[in-house]
Amino acid sequence: MKHLDEYRDRELAQRIIERIHASSKKGIRIMEVCGTHTVSIFRNGIRDVLPSNIALISGPGCPVCVTATEEIDKSIKLSREHDVIITTFGDLMRVPGSKSSLQKEKANGADIRVVYSVSDAIKIASNNPQKRVVFLGIGFETTAPTIAAAVLEAKSEGIKNFFVLVLHKLIPPAMEALLSGGDLKIDGFMCPGHVTSIIGASSYVPVTQRYHIPCVVAGFEPIDILQAIYMLVEQLEEGQAQVEIQYKRGVTFEGNKNAMAIMERVFDRCDTVWRGLGVISKSGFKLKVQYREFAAEDSFDLSIPKAKEHPGCMCGEILRGVVTPAECPLFRRTCNPGHPVGPCMVSSEGTCAAYYKYQA
Amino acid sequence: MCLAIPAKVVEIGKGEGKDEDKGGVKAKADFGGVSREIDVSLVDAKVGDYVMVHAGFAIEIMDEHEAKETIELWREMLEKCF
Repeated sequence: MKHLDEYRDRELAQRIIERIHASSKKGIRIMEVCGTHTVSIFRNGIRDVLPSNIALISGPGCPVCVTATEEIDKSIKLSREHDVIITTFGDLMRVPGSKSSLQKEKANGADIRVVYSVSDAIKIASNNPQKRVVFLGIGFETTAPTIAAAVLEAKSEGIKNFFVLVLHKLIPPAMEALLSGGDLKIDGFMCPGHVTSIIGASSYVPVTQRYHIPCVVAGFEPIDILQAIYMLVEQLEEGQAQVEIQYKRGVTFEGNKNAMAIMERVFDRCDTVWRGLGVISKSGFKLKVQYREFAAEDSFDLSIPKAKEHPGCMCGEILRGVVTPAECPLFRRTCNPGHPVGPCMVSSEGTCAAYYKYQA
Repeated sequence: MCLAIPAKVVEIGKGEGKDEDKGGVKAKADFGGVSREIDVSLVDAKVGDYVMVHAGFAIEIMDEHEAKETIELWREMLEKCF
């Protein structure tokens, strides 16, 4: 693996930790908005080595977790169509909808196939011309351009039996929604590395300016995370609110222009619903008019009864960073990785699953 | 879910130039000994580049210079401070 050992160097980590302790005076709350950061912070014991005045809060950084129950219900409804093959990333299989899950539907005979890439879904569509193949398009800006590229490929190849249920969600509008919500104190954001590979660090400039909050884009190794925390501490101690990139090997200020152009070409922005955060303006994508032939919602009846949330499940509050999993009455009792009640326990990158696995 | 794994581009699909209207420029990539087809339509990758691969697509070319420089700068800075 490339450039992993040096970003796991114990001695360098120790020095950065000492530096954080020496510099950090104020009580600060840093939110990470990326499930991979959440897991890395736990796996590497980062919280345990920080001074007690620094709190790390997990935000809505797991795409599976922020997928709304109604979106799961629509996916389940699609899977019950007799001529449909559902293709999905595996993370979504066990997420509970109002009454069922994709996993239960598969057990009942629905043709649901877990794929590694949307390219696999295109191949399945090509190989099964008598079926309609629907891809469940979840994910943030990291994943959305891959779906856009697949739609372009389907169009140019003349594939008529491929559809996408576009459920993508966009990170900067969610960060702003959290800040404007008013029930959460956040002093700095650790911004997601691979989302930012696509959208560029410049995407956070409005957040820093409107809310005077520093944003540091971080990689995923322990040195990356510690460096990012140190950079945030430095800014906060000096009263600054800048966008900085720690993860320079994978992120630029401008982002991936090819990927952004493809997204722009295929998608329009739209309002979308997030679990825990409700509807956020211009925080999602829908297919543009010229690509509507691939829009699942145009080709299938997706009307569903009003979605029902599990009473007592606090995933919504956990995704906003307002409570920790330990404060949820279901956590470790009725809700555990073997029997997840809410999506934050389903996904390996969910806050509850990470707490369950790593927090004694 | 936004996990991306580094891989080295070994071969880019023959005869397939970049075409704005088409997705699906395929390449062969080496994931530390395991070879797999990836899609490189989102990046301007060349053979020999290390790319970050997410869900079968290269999403960014890894900047090797920055990878080394970030570590070196931190080492230098920490040497000066302590």
